[in-house]
Amino acid sequence: MWQTLQAALTPYILSPLTVLLCLLAAGGWVLGARRLARQGRAPSVWRTLSFFTGLLLCYAVIHTQFDYYARYMFFMHRIQHLVLHHLGAFLIALANPLPVLAAVAGGRRFPRLARVFAPLRRVLFDPVVATVLFVGLIFFWLWPSVHFEAMLSLRLYEVMNWSMLIDGVIFWLVILDPRDPRQARTSGFGVRFLMLMAALFPQILLGAYITFSEPGLYDIYAICGRAWPLNPATDQVLGGVLTWIPPAMMTILGALVVLRYYLRHEEQRHEEQGD
Amino acid sequence: MRLTGLLVAVCTVLLVGCGESRVDFHGKDITGVMEDLSFTLTSENGNTVSEEIVEDKAVVLFFGYTHCPDFCPMTLTLLAQAMNTLSEQEREQLRVLFVSVDPERDTPALLKEYTAYFGPEVIGLTGDKDQLDDITKRYRTAYGYGDKDEDGNYEVSHGLAMYGFDKSGKVRLLMRNDQPVEQVADDLKALTDL
Repeated sequence: MWQTLQAALTPYILSPLTVLLCLLAAGGWVLGARRLARQGRAPSVWRTLSFFTGLLLCYAVIHTQFDYYARYMFFMHRIQHLVLHHLGAFLIALANPLPVLAAVAGGRRFPRLARVFAPLRRVLFDPVVATVLFVGLIFFWLWPSVHFEAMLSLRLYEVMNWSMLIDGVIFWLVILDPRDPRQARTSGFGVRFLMLMAALFPQILLGAYITFSEPGLYDIYAICGRAWPLNPATDQVLGGVLTWIPPAMMTILGALVVLRYYLRHEEQRHEEQGD
Repeated sequence: MRLTGLLVAVCTVLLVGCGESRVDFHGKDITGVMEDLSFTLTSENGNTVSEEIVEDKAVVLFFGYTHCPDFCPMTLTLLAQAMNTLSEQEREQLRVLFVSVDPERDTPALLKEYTAYFGPEVIGLTGDKDQLDDITKRYRTAYGYGDKDEDGNYEVSHGLAMYGFDKSGKVRLLMRNDQPVEQVADDLKALTDL
């Protein structure tokens, strides 16, 4: 039992970068949460749970034996990206991690660093840029010739996975920012709905295209061999459906969270006006 | 002006690469994408062998199994046909390594009999799970087994790629088995010329 678990958790290809980034994220949260707790502003258990579940899910799909199957089965690769770009990234962003991670710095300020990163953040968190990047990256890495290169080159494969995770977190951070947009000057709730809708339809179209295309769209899996003898057509249909339906469901889930934030802020405003 | 000079220099370096001689293969040039040829496997004679058995030879590496109904015999026939168009001297500089990922059924004796059909340049190899996992991981390929039927037969999944290595053991080329014979022959010749 222990041996099976150990074998399953052993990374297929060890990536020091993945270990380092995941440890930094986990350590950052623990340290930041502790600092906030001292000020009486500790993140809730739910936020902590959401952050670590998201992080662990992402780690599991890129740095355990799951990664082996994701490299050699198209539909498993789609599950991997579903977790990185949607589910895991969604949970990380839902935890509202930026204030906690920023608390790591304590009272120190880094004006030079802020000057460099502020414009970058403004661009990446812009609703149009975030949406175009979110959809664009899915299409880019699924472009058959690009996909071929990424699955063949270890370095490109790592770039692909990390770009999906980072981009997913940025997109969902914009969508799931819990602050009142009028006070925090973030994207309004209406804009976020539009972002979700704009991201929803291209994903549905792409998923449907892959599902109904002739088998062999991603022949890298035939060339490199599959992890077990699965009919290539079945692999592609499963991968297509996984690109199509679960991401669409995550988008709806995102819209529900946005709706909840909207109603909460409206309620607060009415209460304030009532006072 | 200085910026233009720098751009030209960077582009030149990118185009020239890292000093590798460039060849226009019909197949996909994968120079530098994977590691040099290296393995520990069991030969057709039952001995443990390494990449030293193909020292100073250009190599085509292919994974499969002798009970394969379609891709393996097709690919090995394609290679045999391509090699027949080469001169004897060129053939002498080339070896095909057929690595069976089905060691349960593919004994060294069976491999020897099987590869003999496709010419003296084809060498059959196999190994235990660890050895096969090592070499397949090295060349980004996977294999797996289907369920056994009543007669104990089972399907094996394996990659369809043929990997070309130059005489120094550096990976250079990835060929697919849907390339025409002439193109495969051109690529084999180019490999031996490197």
